[in-house]
Amino acid sequence: MSDDFIIGPLPLWAELITAVLVMVGAAFTAIGSFGLVRLPTFYRRIHAPTLGATVGVWSMMLATITYFSVQGNSLFLHAVLISLFVALTAPIGTIFLMRAALFRTRGGPGPDAPAAAPPPSGDAQEPQSPQPPR
Amino acid sequence: MTPVLFWALKAALFLLAVAMLCALARLLIGPAAQDRIMALDCLYINGMLMMLVLGINYASAVYFEAAMLIALFGFVGTTALAKFLLRGEVIE
Repeated sequence: MSDDFIIGPLPLWAELITAVLVMVGAAFTAIGSFGLVRLPTFYRRIHAPTLGATVGVWSMMLATITYFSVQGNSLFLHAVLISLFVALTAPIGTIFLMRAALFRTRGGPGPDAPAAAPPPSGDAQEPQSPQPPR
Repeated sequence: MTPVLFWALKAALFLLAVAMLCALARLLIGPAAQDRIMALDCLYINGMLMMLVLGINYASAVYFEAAMLIALFGFVGTTALAKFLLRGEVIE
């Protein structure tokens, strides 16, 4: 049915929503990537790209859903796959990188590493793990 | 396409290009290997977002497969390189 989707320009509200969401996503991604250059140490830099992996990807997903849903006159949910995939895989990659970085500076966490977490306060003694901590 | 959406898409492409250049700079000057891998991961995410913006720009849904593949290969590459960093020094 050629009547189902719009060939010409979309309604103004859809284009405005798409424009705002695209700009927000691109701006957050740019800020995150700029932090990748600007921040001094690895352990601080690893926080920066998550800005693009969360807000950037999600608002861009909402923009594409808005645009193609209005254009195709039906709900367009393919972009949710991308967002769910990134939301699942970005923390896994970050955790692997963090473990690799801590491993490479074995023999002391290195001068750049953040301080260790304080021991938990309270009366309950944690049982000693059978293996020595890495 | 109204001028608002047109220029918003162009500005978003420009911002994403700047973001990719920042990630590329960290990829080139990163002092350690983990910095370079992190920059590569960020570069993949930025390229995927640029694919989504291009899909809106040309009003074509073909770009989603490319974005999905870029996200997939980015994750595989990051995980494989991080595991290489972990295991390569075990052997040493």
